[in-house]
Amino acid sequence: MSDGFISRGFMRRRRAPEGLGDRIPPGQYFEAGFPVLTAGPTPHVDTADWSFRIDGIVSEPREWSWSEFHELEFVDVPCDIHCVTKWSKLDTSFRDVSLDTLLAAAQPQGDYAMAFSYGGYTTNVPIADLSGGRAWIVTEHENAPLPPDHGGPARLLVPHLYFWKSAKWITGLRVLDHDEPGFWEQNGYHMRGDPWKEQRYWND
Amino acid sequence: MERLTQRAPGRWQIATVSRVERLSPRMKSFRFALPMWMPHLPGQHYDIRLTAPDGYTAQRSYSIASSPLDEGEIEIAIDLLDDGEVSPYFHEVVQEGDEVEVRGPFTSYFVWRGESPALLVGGGSGVVPLVAMLRHRRRTAPELAMRLVYSVRTPDELVYADELGDDALVTYTRSAPEGWTGHTGHIDAELVGDAARGTEVAFVCGSHGFVETAATLLLEADVDAERIRTERFGPSG
Repeated sequence: MSDGFISRGFMRRRRAPEGLGDRIPPGQYFEAGFPVLTAGPTPHVDTADWSFRIDGIVSEPREWSWSEFHELEFVDVPCDIHCVTKWSKLDTSFRDVSLDTLLAAAQPQGDYAMAFSYGGYTTNVPIADLSGGRAWIVTEHENAPLPPDHGGPARLLVPHLYFWKSAKWITGLRVLDHDEPGFWEQNGYHMRGDPWKEQRYWND
Repeated sequence: MERLTQRAPGRWQIATVSRVERLSPRMKSFRFALPMWMPHLPGQHYDIRLTAPDGYTAQRSYSIASSPLDEGEIEIAIDLLDDGEVSPYFHEVVQEGDEVEVRGPFTSYFVWRGESPALLVGGGSGVVPLVAMLRHRRRTAPELAMRLVYSVRTPDELVYADELGDDALVTYTRSAPEGWTGHTGHIDAELVGDAARGTEVAFVCGSHGFVETAATLLLEADVDAERIRTERFGPSG
């Protein structure tokens, strides 16, 4: 119904830097900073107490302590991130372990997963979106330890989906044989959240 | 699926601006008449989409300030950000009678569903969704305990002042009105601790720094983390 609608007197005032405009998904704007958006207080997790596990429908449930996790291969991941609240940050980078490595150890037998976090946050992501070099567990952002307000000590990174899927303070993945809504997915946000399809809310 | 159908809002619609009001030097409220209105929960937001003649669009989310008892309309309040794109348009261009594309109401976590006692903690323009809660409670269940702690830098920044009753506690962090005998300075353990006594749920809204401070003080006042709901605005314009 909005086809052809023009907002009287509205002109563009913000522009992405030269040549980067086609990396901004529809309805998003370029943001140079790294805003913080969280539904509750920031959990502070000591790395001595930290662990990451993969369980549920898997061949072998696996759990890594902070030091065991750091024996795995780390890679640098340059990426763009897109928050459902409309900002996009381009050319940022994280250092992390690929979920391909972690999933290979546990061997999921279901097609879906629920990520769960310290503090109780959950978000659902299909295994297909977590594999194939498209998802990581992140412990560093731009050459510094990931700060608590951005999800440190470790967060999920799934940059091809809206950033609420990149669960902060992650502590595990539960493999499921069906899709279930996580925290924001129960509270109005889309089950998958592809920014290029503008899947922000239910029914998008 | 039934729940989805009943609660799934979200089609774009063209609203008509029915009232524009200046709340402060940097804030204005806008009331919209909606052709496809549906009742919201206090705390929810709408998305707004602006379209330029060349097809360029900009979208932002804004909290609703009105009670869902205002049938057929919503009120939002917009803080002017100098380097913004949407807020300067609203402040400088939009008048009563203009049409604006909107969709909502969205998300059902930072919402008040009648829990009591409720503590609302707002910093600056973060008070807007809390005003929706105050207004709705006043019109539906004034007997329910609801307290507001509202932090502003200067008297100029205070909005919806005439609607703040005895349950509101204002603190000025930079300068207070002449003759002010109430609180000054940033929120602290004593202020938040007193306000949080017996609270069932706390809603905190403001800048990231404000929300971190308030949430930490609430945890220190023994409010469970799962009873503290926060909404932070990042740079948005």
